[in-house]
Amino acid sequence: MSILLDGSTRVIVQGITGREGGFHTEQMQDLGTKVVGGTSPGKGGMTHLNVPVFNTVADAVKATGATASGIFVPAPFAADAIMEAAAAGITLIVCITEGIPIQDMIRVRDFLRGYPQARLIGANCPGLITPGQAKIGIIPQRITSPGPVGLVSRSGTLTYEVASALSAAGLGQSTIVGIGGDPVLGLTFRDVVELFEKDPATTHIVLIGEIGGSDEEHAAELLARGSRLKAVAFISGRTAPEGKRMGHAGAIISGNRGTAKSKEEAFRNAGVAVAETTDEIVGLLT
Amino acid sequence: MKLLEYQAKEVLSTLGIAIPPGVVARSPDEAAAAFDRLGPIAVKAQVPVGGRGKAGGIKLARTADEARQAAQQIIGMDIKGFKVPLVYCESALEIEREIYVGFTVDRDARANILLLSAQGGMDIEQVAEESPGSLARLYPNPWRGPLDFELAQLVYDAGLGELARPLTTLIKRLYRAIPDYDALIAEINPLVVTRNGNVVAGDAKLEIDENAAWRHKDLEDRYGSVLEGDPYEREAKKRGLTYVSLDGDVGIIGNGAGLCMGTLDLVQRAGGRPANFCDIGGGAKAEVVENALAVILMNPKVRGVVINVFGGITRGDEVAKGVVTARDNLKMELPLVVRLSGTREEEGREILRQNGIEPGVSGWEAAKKIVELTSSSPLVGRSGQQGRGVAE
Repeated sequence: MSILLDGSTRVIVQGITGREGGFHTEQMQDLGTKVVGGTSPGKGGMTHLNVPVFNTVADAVKATGATASGIFVPAPFAADAIMEAAAAGITLIVCITEGIPIQDMIRVRDFLRGYPQARLIGANCPGLITPGQAKIGIIPQRITSPGPVGLVSRSGTLTYEVASALSAAGLGQSTIVGIGGDPVLGLTFRDVVELFEKDPATTHIVLIGEIGGSDEEHAAELLARGSRLKAVAFISGRTAPEGKRMGHAGAIISGNRGTAKSKEEAFRNAGVAVAETTDEIVGLLT
Repeated sequence: MKLLEYQAKEVLSTLGIAIPPGVVARSPDEAAAAFDRLGPIAVKAQVPVGGRGKAGGIKLARTADEARQAAQQIIGMDIKGFKVPLVYCESALEIEREIYVGFTVDRDARANILLLSAQGGMDIEQVAEESPGSLARLYPNPWRGPLDFELAQLVYDAGLGELARPLTTLIKRLYRAIPDYDALIAEINPLVVTRNGNVVAGDAKLEIDENAAWRHKDLEDRYGSVLEGDPYEREAKKRGLTYVSLDGDVGIIGNGAGLCMGTLDLVQRAGGRPANFCDIGGGAKAEVVENALAVILMNPKVRGVVINVFGGITRGDEVAKGVVTARDNLKMELPLVVRLSGTREEEGREILRQNGIEPGVSGWEAAKKIVELTSSSPLVGRSGQQGRGVAE
């Protein structure tokens, strides 16, 4: 079992003929992801990486019955690509693209209210992977292994690091979800924790947060109400100064809000173990 | 990009918002000339941070001499780490009352929020804490902006009904900063009602989304170079790096923002002080590593560098070769510790060892190692010309 994605999910790739889109589509196919097509305006009718290419998402959905999409288009076009996917009936939209203007994402979020069945992951995220079955995005499958640990994270490489440590310790993962480093994004920590809570195959969760915003605090509130999952949290950015954007557009402390300390406290108060370094996560989980 | 007050006011003025007459002065003489033109003026430090009034960055001038003196004192002053490059000399206002109005992004709501308060001139976060009831809020639809009736409700909620008409007009104009300029913050505080009943922007704050910089090249061209900023951050930007200067002495490079932030934390935990944040992104290509090292080594405080690369798809041996090449090209002799992990990581570590670079197996070990090396080594030559054999 898993959340959001498994080996039977029919996936298309928006921007499949691009360099990034093509490279990662192959990686997705290697794992066994059911990639049923892709889109690239003007290239409809082509076959690329053994799957049909369509001009639009609506055409692709009609022909393939796809329900999920990975978006690899450049930032100026990404917001439109997300909305196009939702309007075409895609229910799992994974946007890898980095650097989408925040106002574009605010409009996207408003647009998605008209499509309550559509779930957006990202943008500016590594996507998600259900080890051994399928992935949408760029998380390397080599460092993952199937098992009972749900992993949700705002960061890319830090997620890889933790997944790799879990796998090395024999702790496989049910699904790994990178929710992204932008201030305005799709699924939140809280949303993903709710999904893991309902997945019988997930017994443990690891949350990798970072400074900025209060999504971690909201997830902690949910966990404080009682959870069957054994949870460990780690927060990156304790040393980050106020007012400086640390790489991710969302990783910024404003005033005294969004600090690592407040997030760690929220988790501790919720009875969630807090790892001080990523090395401690495995020990706290077992 | 955070615009300076005069820049924000120029932009707001193009949106049809009234601003007091004012001119920029880069010297005491220019400030005196501004007085001759405008009469009594406020001489205001131009820095992209709040609290300049308290820091002595705003002075009232009733004579040309006072204007000259004020500019003399303020230009070059340090306000919260920013050197004041110039002052804005603005006609002093006859204030009847002060109002707060501003748009900002509410991250929790994933929406823009409009705040209006009859208590202007104060820190809005303080107002929110002390008298939350006095703050009227509206989440405008991001496709069509605020509607007249919504704004009317907002104005009455804030207890500003007698100003309904001018405020509604002004807020609709201020809102344009969002669709037209990708503003993340568009704030007028105080919005001044003058003795003769005019509504003008007393101060203005505008922050433009860096992700949308490509849509607003004109703003960057016009305003981007006024503030000197941090020299290393400036150089890093030229080289296309994501870099933030900090005040310690251990240089840090990581691939991925989260991992890089995590490395800063580890160095601090090990007892060291990070000199910077530098994210070189996923691929960790040799050229990018070299650029990152070059910028970090410009900072004379740096006593050593730790590189933390977790390769997902990236190959460890290629990263190792890249690091060695970069170090050799830069003739770097300061301690260097590299933690790399990923495909072919053992081969990568072997390449590092053969070239006299300490490989760390985990980020934590690498952090401890660099702190040990930098706290014990004397600060000597940074390149082949100045000394030798510091590293390893």
